[in-house]
Amino acid sequence: MAQLNREEEWAALMRAAIDGDAAAYRRLLESLSHSLRAATRRGFAQFGAAQNDVEDVVQETLLAIHLKRHTWDSSQPLGPWIRAIARHKLIDALRRRGRRIEVPIETVLDFLAADEPRSDLDRQDAERLVNELRGRQQTIVRSISVEGKSIREVAERLGMNEGAVRVALHRGLKALAAMHRRGHET
Amino acid sequence: MKTDGLIAALAADTQGVSMPIGRTLGLAVAGGAVAAAIVFAIDIGMRPDVSTAITTPRFLFKLLFTLTLLASALGLIWNLVRPGAVSSGWLIALAAAPALLAIGAVVEMLVVPTSDWEHRLVGSNAYMCVILIPALSALPFAAVLLALRQGATSHPVLAGAVAGLVSASIGATLYATHCIDDSPLFIATWYVIAITFMALLGALLGARLLRW
Repeated sequence: MAQLNREEEWAALMRAAIDGDAAAYRRLLESLSHSLRAATRRGFAQFGAAQNDVEDVVQETLLAIHLKRHTWDSSQPLGPWIRAIARHKLIDALRRRGRRIEVPIETVLDFLAADEPRSDLDRQDAERLVNELRGRQQTIVRSISVEGKSIREVAERLGMNEGAVRVALHRGLKALAAMHRRGHET
Repeated sequence: MKTDGLIAALAADTQGVSMPIGRTLGLAVAGGAVAAAIVFAIDIGMRPDVSTAITTPRFLFKLLFTLTLLASALGLIWNLVRPGAVSSGWLIALAAAPALLAIGAVVEMLVVPTSDWEHRLVGSNAYMCVILIPALSALPFAAVLLALRQGATSHPVLAGAVAGLVSASIGATLYATHCIDDSPLFIATWYVIAITFMALLGALLGARLLRW
C-alpha cells in the first residue's frame, strides 16, 4: 500500500515537473535516488558485484529517467516505467562487470520500497566523466552541480545569455549519459 | 560529482520536455508512409487495370495480408518505443499475417492444378518485387528508426526488426497495387523474402542504434 501511495506521489510530481515545476522535479529525483540506490545495491549484492560503484549506476539511471521522460505516458502509472528503466540500467551495469544475467531480475527490482538515502560511496567514475565534458559544457555542469549555482548566476559569470546556458547544460547532460553508455560498451 | 549535484543539474535542465514519444512515432510513421507513397506515385505507379483488379479475391487478399502485417507491427512498435515489457497480445497478433498467408497459399494449391503452381509462384516480376519493396520501405524505415532512437526501448533488436516490418508492410502495400502477380504462392515467396530482409536489417541496425 505504502508502495502504491509512493508511486502515485511520484506520478503527481512528474506531472508537475513536465508542466515546468522545477521544485517538484527536484523532490521527485531525490526520492527516486534513494530508492534506486537501495535497489542497485541489492541487485549488485545478488549478483556478487562489488558495491563500490553503485552510485555510478544510480546517476546513470537518473540521467536516463531525465532524458527519456517524454517516453512516459502520463495516463499510465509511473512505477512500471521507472522500474523498466532501472532494470535496463542495472542489467547493463552488471553485464559491464561481466555478470551473466540469467536469474529473473524482477525480484531484485520489486524495489522502490526500501530507502538508502546516503550516497557516501566511491564517486570516482562520475567525477572522471564530468572531467571529460568539453570546455563550456564542463564549466556549466560543474557550476550547477558542484557549486550549486543557478542558471542565471552561471550566465552572468560566463557572459552568456540564459538560453545558451540552458542549451549547453542540456547537451552536457546528454553527453554524460552517452559517456556512461560508452563505458559499458568498451 | 555527487548525486545531489547531478539532481541539481537535472532539475535546472528545463530545456523543455521533448514531444511525447507517441506523437513522434506517429509523425514518423505517417510522414514515412506519405513520402513512400509520393515516391511510388512518381516513379512506379499502380497497375493500369487496378480498378478491375480490386474486385478480384487474390488482389484483395494481397492487400489484406500487407495491411494485417502493418496493423500488427504498428501495435507492437507502439509498445516497443517505451521502456518496459512487450505486450504478449501484440506479439501474438504478429502471427496473424503469416497465418493468413499460409491459409491463402493452401487454398491456392487446392483450387489451382498442380501443373500451374510453379508458374504462379515464379510469377512475372519476382525480381522487381524483391528490389522495390525494400526500396519503397527505405524512407519509412529511416523515419521509424529515428523516432525509436528518441524513445527508450527495452528490446533494441526486436524493436529494430519490428521497425523493418512496419516499413516493409508500408512498402509492400504500395507495391501490391503495382504488381500484377496476385497469387498467394507468389506473395508467400517473394513478398516474404523482401519483408524478411527488412526485418533482419532492422534487427541488425537496432542492436547498434537503439541502445540507450
